[in-house]
Amino acid sequence: MTPAAAGPADTIETAAATPDLEQPYRELGLADDEYARIREILGRRPTNAELAMYSVMWSEHCSYKSSKIHLAQFGEKTTEEMREHLLVGIGENAGVVDIGDGWAVTFKVESHNHPSYVEPYQGAATGVGGIVRDIISMGARPVAVMDQLRFGAIDHPDTARVVHGVVSGVGGYGNSLGLPNIGGETEFDSSYQRNPLVNALCVGVLRHDDIHLANASGAGNKVVLFGARTGGDGIGGASILASETFDADKPSKRPSVQVGDPFMEKVLIECCLELFAAGVVEGIQDLGAAGISCATSELASNGDGGMHVDLENVLLRDPSLTAGEILMSESQERMMAVVTPDKLDAFLAITTKWDVESAVIGEVTGTGRLTIDHHGHRIVDVDPRTVAHDGPVYDRPHARPAWQDALNADAAEALPRAGTAAELRAQVLAVAGSPNLASKSWVTDQYDRYVQGNTALAQPDDAGVVRVDEESGLGVAIATDANGRFSKLDPYTGAQLALAEAYRNVATVGARPLAVTDCLNIGSPEDPDAMWQLVQTITGLADACAELGVPVTGGNVSLYNSTLAGDVGVGHIDASINPTPVIGVLGVLDDVARVTPSGWREDGLELVLLGTTREELSGSAWSGVVHGHLGGRPPMADLTAERALAQVLVQASSGGFVTAAHDVSVGGLAQTLVDSVLRFGLGATVALEEPATRDGVDATSALFSESGARALVAVRADHRDRLLLLAAEHGVPAAGVGVTGGDSLTLTLPGANEVSIPVSELRDVSGRTLPQAFG
Amino acid sequence: MTARVGIVTFPGSLDDRDAARAVRLAGGEPVRLWHADGDLAGVDAVVLPGGFSYGDYLRAGAISRFAPMMSSIVDAANGGLPVLGICNGFQILCESHLLAGAMIKNDHLHFVCKDQTLRVENADTAWTHRFDAGQEIVVPLKNQDGQFIADERTLDELEAEGRVVFRYVGGNPNGSRRDIAGITNARGNVVGLMPHPEHAIEPGFGPGVDGLTFFASAISATLATA
Repeated sequence: MTPAAAGPADTIETAAATPDLEQPYRELGLADDEYARIREILGRRPTNAELAMYSVMWSEHCSYKSSKIHLAQFGEKTTEEMREHLLVGIGENAGVVDIGDGWAVTFKVESHNHPSYVEPYQGAATGVGGIVRDIISMGARPVAVMDQLRFGAIDHPDTARVVHGVVSGVGGYGNSLGLPNIGGETEFDSSYQRNPLVNALCVGVLRHDDIHLANASGAGNKVVLFGARTGGDGIGGASILASETFDADKPSKRPSVQVGDPFMEKVLIECCLELFAAGVVEGIQDLGAAGISCATSELASNGDGGMHVDLENVLLRDPSLTAGEILMSESQERMMAVVTPDKLDAFLAITTKWDVESAVIGEVTGTGRLTIDHHGHRIVDVDPRTVAHDGPVYDRPHARPAWQDALNADAAEALPRAGTAAELRAQVLAVAGSPNLASKSWVTDQYDRYVQGNTALAQPDDAGVVRVDEESGLGVAIATDANGRFSKLDPYTGAQLALAEAYRNVATVGARPLAVTDCLNIGSPEDPDAMWQLVQTITGLADACAELGVPVTGGNVSLYNSTLAGDVGVGHIDASINPTPVIGVLGVLDDVARVTPSGWREDGLELVLLGTTREELSGSAWSGVVHGHLGGRPPMADLTAERALAQVLVQASSGGFVTAAHDVSVGGLAQTLVDSVLRFGLGATVALEEPATRDGVDATSALFSESGARALVAVRADHRDRLLLLAAEHGVPAAGVGVTGGDSLTLTLPGANEVSIPVSELRDVSGRTLPQAFG
Repeated sequence: MTARVGIVTFPGSLDDRDAARAVRLAGGEPVRLWHADGDLAGVDAVVLPGGFSYGDYLRAGAISRFAPMMSSIVDAANGGLPVLGICNGFQILCESHLLAGAMIKNDHLHFVCKDQTLRVENADTAWTHRFDAGQEIVVPLKNQDGQFIADERTLDELEAEGRVVFRYVGGNPNGSRRDIAGITNARGNVVGLMPHPEHAIEPGFGPGVDGLTFFASAISATLATA
């Protein structure tokens, strides 16, 4: 018989009196020593409700127990200078960055990977909902979202199910909230088979004075739970709890994927903003993973006293929920606020206006304890810090995988190359039409990019740009990038390259890079291979942030992305996903009207290639698309060159002498040209012999090398010399490579090869891939 | 004097602040109206904005039509008040029977967001008289339930009476009958359309500024009659 079935009230007195009762802690995901530690903290066995709280809060997802000691590098490597623009750093719901004129921006990216495989629509939808509530919790109005999606191979029989569900889930939820979707990523790779990655980023805007934090202070202040009612959904989402271990009489397992209600969330956004504006909120926390357990313990441990909750006051969707289930439920669209007694009426008047249900479920106390009663029985009495912050911390074994050296030795630079112009032409088209580089309109046209009326750039440009201040035009740009192939070859460099690309993308549209958010999607921390990838990723990213002078302000770690380990076994090269550190960089533009698009609309602009091309083909799209190959060493991360290039791009934009710019990344310069030509459907004539000779590379490398710190810029003829001068001042190699115009992309390559492709053919090849796969 | 244009916020309205910006940029004074009030605050015209009022969980617009504010608007519209329904607002006007027909899910079943070319078929309504008949304009289209349907007799009637105000050009994006993007009532004061003119009002933030003319039309009309 399980303990809960013995009676509904497993009180602290019962727990003290029955020390030897067996508890299902292993089923709840707690290790033997973790359970022993809980008993030591409490000086008795935990009650069922306490066990539920500790188990979810000490899960990997909530406690970061495997990554914590490594994530500390972000703090250690952030200098005072990098903190200059940081109003709120790591540790709160999201970081807050000063963008000037009294404005601040908060942004964060999070994962919702596993739920999105089990139930793609709701998994993706609630992923959007969760990150949006994090942003509201800071006191900000959400102003844009972006999604970073990675699926299995495009032609795998299960991929379409996941793609359709995830894309309509992101759209169905995000569109209903009135948040423009301004960009993101969609990629396909067999390493994500049965383990798709669904990351969601939200950015919000607030005035400096409006910052709200998650803490419960001031004894006597009321704790209000408002929004949707608490139901049985999402129980076990944060740990591996199955509810029958709590009550053997329940007919079935409750669903562990949450169900979203975007209408409720939209109303909750407006309601919260009105509550903030009325000044009736002392502290606020959204309810995400671990539900009330997380919100009460975090609010209480961040405050100056304790908290008491009467759990029967929680409004329920399902009256049969046990206390443990109420504490763990991950029902969506809920918020918890701390309100002074004199402002409670005003608070409730606003929630009533928006038809948002609310209940006073407790109050802040001076005891330093978190106590929870259920129908008069004391079922929780803990020090909230031990639940929220003092969870276990592991230094898990990590070691360079046994297969890594062989993988690195298998360089793509040794692969056969095209010998004729016809072969090169075919390869340009093959890369352009490959699933990861083809037009993503099939996805992004299902998202509203216009709502709120402030979108200056969205996909397919290098970064999404939204206006913040209508008077001045002040705005922000955000780009996110990750290259799992590079990270597989070298996770340290891969993380740096992801940061470098996002940083470069933000600069390409003309914005000054300011801050970083990250979502590190990695395999199981219990696999030393994946753990090594995690440590390398964090170290590489922290080092690169320090070098580029941009701080990480918050983010998320998603571990256990090792579904395929079940087939191939731990230690196999394919046991985990390609390490996928999604890096978001936020930049600021003084006037978004000056934003630089990624393509040209006029004939006769001069094209200038900035940066150096090296023979760097390993991990490239060319190696994957043309040869089905992944091996070798990724391109070098030259962060000094990235910084110099960014300065050129930002100054050229603010000086008003750049008409279009597009970075060179996946697919090399060939893909950059294809993207820019397709942006507005206008061709170009390009000659690459001169820079190729300068850099000592052949036609294949000139077209397909993925060397970083490069961008293609289009300028008016009379601005060309200013750009070349600016590049020279910053030590950035620059070469005139052609002119815009015509209805073809025509390339003259080293070896006197000439390749010409009509714009219409490029459009067909790029446009048909996703519609053919998904209809 | 300035024309005062009311913008109604329902629970789940999304483009209400955008519509208010459009009114302001067109030279009018936006007046925010709340669905639960019945007082039109003496406005000269009303915009029902886009969004997903009540989540579109029943039929789009089916719950909002019962809002106290809608009773006032139906009365005022029958008295000649210019009313523009955009997207969800159009759906509410159909559910309120101020306009004919109904909207169902797009024929391809996806949400669609794109820059849409429209032909102005009727340049005599309160919201279109500053366009030229036959003029082509571009405004964003973004919806899930945008397929306009009506029985053949109603469609013939709309055509015969010149009450088709906008038609999709360059491909029908949602399966709407006879490519209809927007219609008006017999009097020409109530106009509904699926695309979003409030997202085409500023250079750099949408596909041009064709949308501004909608609001300028209504503002100049109310000033002319004032």
